[in-house]
Amino acid sequence: MSTTRTQRKQRSLWFEAWRRLKKNKLAMAGLLFLALLVVIAISTIIIDIATNKSYYNDHVIKQNLRLRLQGPSKDHIFGLDEFGRDIFLRMLWAVRYSLFMGTIAIAMSTIVGGILGAIAGFYGKRTDNIIMRFMDILLAIPSMLLATAIVAALGTSLTNVLMAIAISYIPTFARTVRASVLTIKDQEFIEAARALGASDLRIIGKYILPNSLAPLIVQASLGVAGAILSIAGLSFLGLGIQPPTPEWGSMLSNARSYIRDGWHITVIPGLGIMLTILALNVLGDGLRDALDPRLKN
Amino acid sequence: MWKYILKRLLMMIPVLLGVTFIVFFILAMTPGDPAAIILGDQASAEALELKRIELGLNDPLLIRYFNYLLNMIRGDLGTSYKNQISVAAQVIDKFPNTAILAVAGILVALLIGIPIGILSAKKQYTALDNTSMVLSLVGVSMPNFWLGLLLSLLFALKLGWLPSQGMGEEFIPLLKSLVLPAITLGTGAAATVVRMTRSSLLEVIRQDYISTARAKGLPEKIVTKKHMLKNALIPIVTAVGLQFGQLLGGAMLTETVFSWPGLGRLMVDSIASKDIPMVLGAVIFMAVMFSFVNLVVDIVYAFIDPRIKSQYRKAGFTKKEVRA
Amino acid sequence: MTETNQELIRIEDLFIDYETDDGIVHALNGVSLTLHVGETLGLVGETGAGKTTLAKGILRLIPDPPGKIKEGKIWFEGKDLLELPEHAMQEIRGQSISMIFQDPMTSLNPVMTVGEQIQEVIRNHNPELDKEELHAWSCAMLEKVGISADRIDEYPHQFSGGMKQRVIIAIALACNPKLLLADEPTTALDVTIQAQVLDMIRTLKQELNTAMMLITHDLGVVAQNCNRVAIIYAGEIVEIGDLRQIFKRPTHPYTIGLLESIPSLAKDVERLNPVKGMMPDPTDLPPGCKFAPRCKFVCERCAQRVPDLIDIGDGHMVRCINSKDTQSYASTRE
Repeated sequence: MSTTRTQRKQRSLWFEAWRRLKKNKLAMAGLLFLALLVVIAISTIIIDIATNKSYYNDHVIKQNLRLRLQGPSKDHIFGLDEFGRDIFLRMLWAVRYSLFMGTIAIAMSTIVGGILGAIAGFYGKRTDNIIMRFMDILLAIPSMLLATAIVAALGTSLTNVLMAIAISYIPTFARTVRASVLTIKDQEFIEAARALGASDLRIIGKYILPNSLAPLIVQASLGVAGAILSIAGLSFLGLGIQPPTPEWGSMLSNARSYIRDGWHITVIPGLGIMLTILALNVLGDGLRDALDPRLKN
Repeated sequence: MWKYILKRLLMMIPVLLGVTFIVFFILAMTPGDPAAIILGDQASAEALELKRIELGLNDPLLIRYFNYLLNMIRGDLGTSYKNQISVAAQVIDKFPNTAILAVAGILVALLIGIPIGILSAKKQYTALDNTSMVLSLVGVSMPNFWLGLLLSLLFALKLGWLPSQGMGEEFIPLLKSLVLPAITLGTGAAATVVRMTRSSLLEVIRQDYISTARAKGLPEKIVTKKHMLKNALIPIVTAVGLQFGQLLGGAMLTETVFSWPGLGRLMVDSIASKDIPMVLGAVIFMAVMFSFVNLVVDIVYAFIDPRIKSQYRKAGFTKKEVRA
Repeated sequence: MTETNQELIRIEDLFIDYETDDGIVHALNGVSLTLHVGETLGLVGETGAGKTTLAKGILRLIPDPPGKIKEGKIWFEGKDLLELPEHAMQEIRGQSISMIFQDPMTSLNPVMTVGEQIQEVIRNHNPELDKEELHAWSCAMLEKVGISADRIDEYPHQFSGGMKQRVIIAIALACNPKLLLADEPTTALDVTIQAQVLDMIRTLKQELNTAMMLITHDLGVVAQNCNRVAIIYAGEIVEIGDLRQIFKRPTHPYTIGLLESIPSLAKDVERLNPVKGMMPDPTDLPPGCKFAPRCKFVCERCAQRVPDLIDIGDGHMVRCINSKDTQSYASTRE
């Protein structure tokens, strides 16, 4: 009986949160924009598969030096870049890297960091000490520096960039989960469950994880924003995704040399990054307010 | 107080050992033979082997790390592969430039962030609050290298007011060349500080002791200054300390955009030329700097919050008692 | 007890709302109340009845937003406090009217010494004093509440809960106020310390001839400390009278319910007798008597309009249309 009651309570908690989130226009706009990006990313991938990359090669990669740096026009609404490629199409094809790599990197660090944090918080004492001291060490290296060092050593492949970003975000998630586990662990319903003979694993899975999910979700949505920023930053330094593959950061990196020759090649890719991050940030803020109304200011 | 500082210093040692080890370990995984990089493709097999022995590359990783550590304590971070100059000398040479930029960036962040954050919290839900919230969201979301490009596009190329490349030598040119990089570097941090200040202040405003202060009949100005700010400052100081780490990472990007001759630029160049000792030295140096900044933050913290101070003044106090 | 019948503060028809995302919370719905010089009025009601809102409303400390004082008058020394400019109100706060908040743990500023916090209120209302005089005054206040003056430079976290509440009382009484609003001053304390703190408040208020509004939900505390009692329910005073009138002749069904719910040592009862049901949602109050949904004497007329507060003799006022029936019920139970 008690489990069905907690389940119902849980469901209505998420339902309540969704109701509150729906009222937040800014957060909903962010969500809509992100949904649009997902649609774009998937459509471009489908086009690549359907045309066996011929569309990609002919329109996104192929250079047309005769038309280089042409400003926005009816045919090319965002203009053409330094190699005469359509910036609009390159923007669309770049969506997948920022969006999916950011998400995957954060998913990896959420899982690893979350598990480490849960173990540290739940078992406390020495386990906690060892894990959290290690996290302190990782945190002592500014994340962008750590990511740069990893990519510098291992090379600039897609996996390495992902790894680099994921590792540099692990401590943040470990700390978030540990903190919420610590506050939940000592609450009476946990003691009650323990008194009823629930095992550690059951307590963690049934009570602690669901209750620390809210801060984790908020942290993750903000983390994806940070990860996208880091990926773009690495690409800007030439350490991320390599040309001619379109990526917002590396588009900006190339634009830097042609900054005198046309504003559009500088402004547009950055705008793409900014709007994506902005959408994630407003969504993250909205989620925080929705999931924990006490925190709302 | 001294006991507290000493304790924080001692706690730094294992962290720094860990940091150096992790960075050393990561960079030791770099593929390619350093001897070949130094001597070039034409070198004979014996020459390469001799060089490897000279560099200690045949030793096990832990021994190499241990030697590196011993040298580091003596102030020797090895020699650059590229130009055979001491890494330490180059790092020391570039560090002041990065420090100037970072301090200027933090100043921009604090001077913009704290006043706006306070105003925003005090005038919650007004047009001013909404505007500053939207702007700070945009500020947080803007990649700083892009902001740098936009600023140089506008103020250097279009208007010609400020230089967009390099660092001035004398005071006035230095100041002029510092403006755009400092704004670029500081804007993201400023936006974070605005949000942090606002939310921390709003948290404090709700506290019972603010009602107590108001019930004493204190004018609102004094309630804000004496009761709210000092309490709100505690989380803000932490945030600023953490922002400093972001700033060091951001310095790499900002220095690249503005060709600022700092550590970040040095690092990016060294990565491009596979100059591993240089990268290692620069990363470790910056991580050490970051740890020191956090130490300073912890000390400032203790000055603001008497709960931490007395923890170390009175013997026999446990953390829990202090909180109770 | 130095008791006169001189009126100190008169609240007339006070309405206070909180405008929240989930609707307008009607926290106070026309509260009228008079306090006399030196007397202690117990304000009794359950959580959310509007007790704290009333106290904060008197000092105009309702956070706005979301709080709004909709209408009403608060007469104090010939002036309507609700009409005063903010700076005049600041002179009254801490000097003529003081307030003690519920939770001593969070009511002191953690980053200021207790001495600074006591001195602050004295300096604010006596700017002419120099450092030594301020110091002497605050030391004297600390001694008065039973704390050694050499702890004046310590921080709140170095004090226990009971000690913190003493410091808060020292702050509240430092300027010899005419009225003390004590919002559940002992709820957060251990039972043993509750009595000490209440004794101290009682002694000091007699010494200073301060009137007090003691907010509580503990009728035992009321019986020991108060001359008069007001029962508040869903933002309305439902019954008000002398201590004796309320305890001997409770008339409003809610008051009767409250008194019935007290466990008695004299009588052998099987179970406690709580007032059944919950307070109505303050964003959606019933149209007539707000207690009607929980009342055992409810009749059709109850839901039609809000009953008036009527005098049933000697200033004993009740907001119930069935006061005759309820009184006879109460008397049969004796």
